[in-house]
Amino acid sequence: MKNQPVPWAVEAEGLVKVFGENRAVDGVDLRVAAGSIYGVLGPNGAGKTTTLSMLATLLRPDGGRARVFGHDVVAEPHVVRQLLGVTGQAASVDEKLSATENLVIFGRLLGLSWKASRAKSAELLEAFGLTEAANRPLANFSGGMRRRLDLAASLIAQPPLIFLDEPTTGLDPRTRSQMWDTIRDLVATGSTVLLTTQYLDEADQLADRIAVIDHGRVVAEGTPDELKASVGTASLHLEPASPSDTPRVLAAIDTVLGVRATVTAEGARVTAPMADPGRVTDLLVALRAADVHLAGLSVQKPTLDEVFLTITGAGAPVPDQEVAA
Amino acid sequence: MTAITAVDQRVLNPHPSLAQALRDTFTMAWRALLRVRRTPEQWADVVLQPILFTVMFAFLFGGAIAGDVQTYLPALIPGILVQSVITTSVVTGVQLREDMDTGVFDRFRTLPIARIAPLSGALLTDTLRYAIATAMTFAVGAAIGYRPGGGLVGVVLAGLLVVVCSWALSWIFAFVGVLARSATTVQAMSFMVLFPLTFLSNAFVPTETLPTWLRWFADLNPVSHLITGVRELANTGQVGADVGWALLGAAVVVAIFAPLTVRAYMRKA
Repeated sequence: MKNQPVPWAVEAEGLVKVFGENRAVDGVDLRVAAGSIYGVLGPNGAGKTTTLSMLATLLRPDGGRARVFGHDVVAEPHVVRQLLGVTGQAASVDEKLSATENLVIFGRLLGLSWKASRAKSAELLEAFGLTEAANRPLANFSGGMRRRLDLAASLIAQPPLIFLDEPTTGLDPRTRSQMWDTIRDLVATGSTVLLTTQYLDEADQLADRIAVIDHGRVVAEGTPDELKASVGTASLHLEPASPSDTPRVLAAIDTVLGVRATVTAEGARVTAPMADPGRVTDLLVALRAADVHLAGLSVQKPTLDEVFLTITGAGAPVPDQEVAA
Repeated sequence: MTAITAVDQRVLNPHPSLAQALRDTFTMAWRALLRVRRTPEQWADVVLQPILFTVMFAFLFGGAIAGDVQTYLPALIPGILVQSVITTSVVTGVQLREDMDTGVFDRFRTLPIARIAPLSGALLTDTLRYAIATAMTFAVGAAIGYRPGGGLVGVVLAGLLVVVCSWALSWIFAFVGVLARSATTVQAMSFMVLFPLTFLSNAFVPTETLPTWLRWFADLNPVSHLITGVRELANTGQVGADVGWALLGAAVVVAIFAPLTVRAYMRKA
């Protein structure tokens, strides 16, 4: 069976998944272009993993439809599985077997001969720097090693589409940037990558396009630059010397710049979109007139953190792992 | 890393073939064997339980039921064999549940493999467990004086019959394993099926000694047919009608529970 070339690796329309009272995924639309890295960004419990599970044929959608390279995930699950590699929370490796045993078994299940399976497993272990640990029980593997083995397992069949569910959650910064390099290499070989993350900088670094998901819905979609542009060309950060001055700073920004500013949770920093840098002088004059002292002032190009803050109207997700965003 | 094959260049199968299902089953069985090598204590039950049960029941009931232990053995050994091996098959469900709770089963579900393979592979490996338990029971029986009249051929055929029927029954416990919330639940539920099935049979006492209502159940119980079939094969080398009934019962159990189990497995998120 041959297939016509299709531009979209993933097309999802109005995906819904309900668990009891909870609408975990509430009408998600996604379009992932073949050959790109697509980031699905959102806090814990936003519905990222559930969305991915439906696209990976692990969960049956309660509503909507989804196609992978033109093949419907509900009607043709076996075809979709031949085009997919899944890594992360949703799929894992066998703890009781060694790294080699795991990969050889997955190779066999993917239709390779014993010989090809062993060769492929040795090749992947080499590529992921796991050769030395190849025959050790997985119980002694570090988090980073496990994650790399996980990823290696989903690359055996060289699938054209790879799902990475929070590929770097819980990894130390160095292992994390190694993982990023690996992901970029994947796309260079022609794969399409759909990844979920709760780290804004990760989506910013890797993704060609980003969908921000909150409460089971896509609340914003676009390239990282488009999303950043949606909150202004640059932003102004002000730190009042005394937090009690914060309301007066907000009021001054409202009257002088005519925009609404946001305040960090501790109330220590005020952030406002800044369209015209020339107006900052006016603001500073107004603040001095109001006898507000500043401990710090800076101008920044917008980050995805601000996008997130603006779009969801809530604070950026606080990573619960040792890695701070 | 080498460039991947474009999607339109790939040959995609709409469904897994029967040949693939067999191949995947053997791969999964091999995986289960590798796991046993890492945790051999999983198989302690199939070695120890036959020794314990055989010796215990022979010397406990021998005098009371048959007058002496030697006279009791030809009736007891097939009974205890069937009971031990079926008890062993409960572990299938328990281990399947534990296995399914790990992330690797989720990966299996994302692979283009025959859906039945993770189950059928595990059940295939378990036939080895049954073979070990069978061999142990006959060996312990021989050690305490059992001399089967059917000879080696009769004993081997009897052993095969037990392994095949236990494999069939293990689909029931696999079904419980897939449905239950935890391994402990599987154990508890399975033993509620297992005890009436094995004890309310002709395994330990002639059914003539039972009250009418119980005798009705014991005579109808497929386990009784299996035990009678095993007795005939091991003690006389004859293939009786009960062998046929036992195999038919096994086929019916598989025909009902294999599809049910696979369906339940596929639904489980």
